[in-house]
Amino acid sequence: MKAVIQKRLNRSWTVDILLLVLLAGIATFMAFPLVFTISNAFKPLDEIFAFPPKLFVRNPTFVNFTILPDIFSDSWVPFSRYLFNSLFVAVVGTGGHVIIASAAAYPLAKLKFPGRTMMMSIVVLSLMFTSYVTQVPNYMTISWLGMLNTYWAILLPAFGSTLGIYLMKQFMEQLPDELIEAGKIDGASEYRIFWQLVMPIVKPAWLTLIIFSLQVLWTNSSVTSHKYIYSEQLKTIDYVFGQIASGGIARTGPVAAVTFLMMLVPIVVFVVTQSSVIQTMATSGMKE
Amino acid sequence: MQQKAQAHSVDAPSPGGERKFLRLFAEMKKSKHAYVLMAPFFLIFAVFTVVPVVMSVLLSFTHFNMLEPPSWAGFDNFARLLVKDDVFLVAVKNTLLFAAITGPISYVACFFFAWIINELPPKPRALLTLVLYAPSISGNTYMIWALMFSGDSYGYINSFLMNWGFVLEPVQWLQDTRYVLGILILVQLWLSLGTSFLAFIAGLQTVNRTLYEAGAIDGIRNRWQELWFITLPAMRPQLMFGAIIQITSSFAVAEISIYLLGFPTVDYAGHTIVTHLIDYGTIRFDMGYASAIATVLFMIMMMTNVLTQKFLKKVGE
Repeated sequence: MKAVIQKRLNRSWTVDILLLVLLAGIATFMAFPLVFTISNAFKPLDEIFAFPPKLFVRNPTFVNFTILPDIFSDSWVPFSRYLFNSLFVAVVGTGGHVIIASAAAYPLAKLKFPGRTMMMSIVVLSLMFTSYVTQVPNYMTISWLGMLNTYWAILLPAFGSTLGIYLMKQFMEQLPDELIEAGKIDGASEYRIFWQLVMPIVKPAWLTLIIFSLQVLWTNSSVTSHKYIYSEQLKTIDYVFGQIASGGIARTGPVAAVTFLMMLVPIVVFVVTQSSVIQTMATSGMKE
Repeated sequence: MQQKAQAHSVDAPSPGGERKFLRLFAEMKKSKHAYVLMAPFFLIFAVFTVVPVVMSVLLSFTHFNMLEPPSWAGFDNFARLLVKDDVFLVAVKNTLLFAAITGPISYVACFFFAWIINELPPKPRALLTLVLYAPSISGNTYMIWALMFSGDSYGYINSFLMNWGFVLEPVQWLQDTRYVLGILILVQLWLSLGTSFLAFIAGLQTVNRTLYEAGAIDGIRNRWQELWFITLPAMRPQLMFGAIIQITSSFAVAEISIYLLGFPTVDYAGHTIVTHLIDYGTIRFDMGYASAIATVLFMIMMMTNVLTQKFLKKVGE
């Protein structure tokens, strides 16, 4: 209740309405791909090929989805294996990255030790180097480590991705030092302070990081890994879907269905994590 | 470890080097837990990011075609790049123009929309976040813009303009050097509510709410003052994060140019530094030259970043 009153502090209705109108306008503009992809998946073939294309579906059908099992039935690696690979890579890669990057971000943000400034600037600088030219050295490293054609070739680089540590470090920097001091006075070790004190407070940050990491690993892992992985059994679902798309114009229907299915996972994760972001806000607001 | 030691000795050049070293060692031993927490990440990070970047920078001083071992070239690649390569200069001009427009606009937009959305009740808030983030989550749906700007009379924009009599014949949007860069900028702006946007939304959650009450008591009169004096300073870490993300994404533009405009673009009107790099790296197999392009781009981004961070320090003062 208190939060509601607070929120109206310093607010005028006219500006409120103007901002909402602006927001609605932009939202319509941005919603376009979402609407288009969803409605395309349910279009019968003649509507998909209608020219000029219509945004909304007239006669919705599930035919694009019901063809999919037939298409997968003649692949010699079962579909479930691709699905497992994708889930495995996305979940382990994201989980590992969030934990490892947060653990490294905590000392960078809140502890004093020799080498801190330098490590931070290396992290920031490396964000600015294009990955196109680092691919060749990366291939040589992965091959030298004997990780070609294993899950590790996708997982390890995902663990060490630069975005996460920088994001987590920036959020942890905001925490008051007194909080960590209080933890120390209570006799908690640095590891416990990190895991039980700091991590719960920066929940909005790692929930956001989960979205970023999962989105990349789920939708793109075959793009980044096609150089390292050549066994069919280790390939991910986006690779299979790419194969469907390469079937050409006759596969346009299934491709629309598949595009929709691929988008569904990041969206579900997005909705789940974003609503938790709101929950943390509600609880931390009460504590204040 | 060696680098750390060096960094330390720079701030305090020591007469008794050995004692200094011992003290540093003691200090490092005291913060053992810090290194333990960082070890897993930085080990992987060093192997998969730092080493490749250093190797690429070294390769920029060589001739390397990926078949024969690299041979030393000194500053040849850089000299060729800056003096002889006219196309590169076009790419630099396009990229700077593109970044100068999309960088600041998308940065402000990310913050602005995160800020408005943050005041909504939870349910509409989550929905609007999803909708605004949709272009970033849905892969390559920006290809819809190819349909919009299609050069025949069936393209959405052409058919609209022709129906209303603004033009008499279809405009070749994606083939006309006058429009190409503008369309690229438009599409990038449409895609811009991505990483920084979500980071800002999460960041707004962590602003201490008591600050607003205190501010109201201290005489803050409207939302704009509140934004400038309370929200922005409290969000400085996220603002710095967002700045780097927007800088890297606006300077490293390549994919949308290649998929939307083709490669190479007509008269290089949509040619950027990174498409130039892709040309040399993956088509001509001139890895030394491609690395030199990456190094130059890296330096441009670094300078922009220094300027931006200086500017951000002034926010809310």
